[in-house]
Amino acid sequence: MANLKELKNRITSVKSTQKITSAMKMVAASRLKRAQDAAEVARPYAVKMTEIMTSVLKRIGSLDVSSKLLIGTGSDSVHLIVAVTSDRGLCGGFNSSISREARKLIRSLEADGKEVKILCIGRKGRDQLKMEFEKNIIDFYEGIGKAGVDFGEAQMIASKVIGMFDEGSFDECTLVYNRFVSVISQEVTSTKIVPVQLPEISSEAKIGDTGVNSYSTGYEYEPTEEEILDELLPQNLCVRIFSALLESSASEHGARMSAMDNATRNAGEMIDDLSMIYNRSRQAKITSELIEIISGAEAL
Amino acid sequence: MSDVNTNKVFFELVTPTFLAISEDVDMVVVPGVDGDFGVLRGHTPILTTVRPGVIKMYMGGAVVKTFFIEGGIAEANPEKCTVLAEFIHNIEDITQQDVDTRLSKAKENYEKDRNAGAKKELVIAEALVKSLNIEGTKH
Repeated sequence: MANLKELKNRITSVKSTQKITSAMKMVAASRLKRAQDAAEVARPYAVKMTEIMTSVLKRIGSLDVSSKLLIGTGSDSVHLIVAVTSDRGLCGGFNSSISREARKLIRSLEADGKEVKILCIGRKGRDQLKMEFEKNIIDFYEGIGKAGVDFGEAQMIASKVIGMFDEGSFDECTLVYNRFVSVISQEVTSTKIVPVQLPEISSEAKIGDTGVNSYSTGYEYEPTEEEILDELLPQNLCVRIFSALLESSASEHGARMSAMDNATRNAGEMIDDLSMIYNRSRQAKITSELIEIISGAEAL
Repeated sequence: MSDVNTNKVFFELVTPTFLAISEDVDMVVVPGVDGDFGVLRGHTPILTTVRPGVIKMYMGGAVVKTFFIEGGIAEANPEKCTVLAEFIHNIEDITQQDVDTRLSKAKENYEKDRNAGAKKELVIAEALVKSLNIEGTKH
């Protein structure tokens, strides 16, 4: 039987761990609320952007478009993978699911004889991917979304990606991030952002009631469709990255909240078990001391 | 213009981080890339890029709100006008000092590295100075 002092120390240490995890849970909960609000207010812009993109692209279908961001470079030999993870751990499977997905993607691309480059957003992803693919990682960002995701940060990443694309460093780009489903579940999502995928049919259904469709044939474009598209495509990329960062940040806090909730509960169970053992041993000790005293007294 | 009773146009100013304006106005003036244009009810459908400049909202013949936007995209149709802007500033919140530091910084960066990003920032800062000079004298 463990001695009493040891048990007492363990109980104290588990108790303070529990205090930390429950505090972290509270912090994650309030950050989650903020991240969700931020994602909420960012939605109209993204929706509007998709609407305008769709209406321009519909018109542009017949036109001769030269923008490589839209039609691709005509090759697919070099891939860029942008993996969005967090800087901090203690958030369950949040980061490892991203690196698992990225690893799977990289392996299958490399098996096809393609070159893969990785851009890591968040320290954890880099740490996990570094072991296997250190030579593939071209750059990484740290401290993104530390004080709430900022549009400037998304712009910085987008301009980096576009700059690399213009230099011809890659042909296709895939964004891997956690999509926020609910507090307890995140969905690993990979979307191709270069070349731009035409918005899905589902988004067209939404457009009907906003009135864009009804005018789409009669629109005047200033200066020209091509020039608008040149402006629109990088902005659209930026918005895509921005919403991925927002989703990821909401998912991170959700994941951390549920991980910390579990940890707090586990610590509680552990404390119960340990206190039970502690009390039993304390009683056993008292009993044996009593027996010693009584039998000592009887012997006299 | 099926409804003769209303002569207002619904104006929305959207940024990635918030919905700045969503209300009916008499007229809104948007700094289009080929020149400023006013949107009244019944405006012909148009899609245009927006240069850095000032957006003015008119109600009853007077300007009610003024924003400086750092470029974006505007869409207008007979009933509504939507402007997508990356960054906006309320013109009353801008101080001369902020503008000056921003302009000198932009100039400095552009001298150091003449890339597209620095150029864009310089254009924005110059437009900001100009707008503040014009707007500042009115208030």
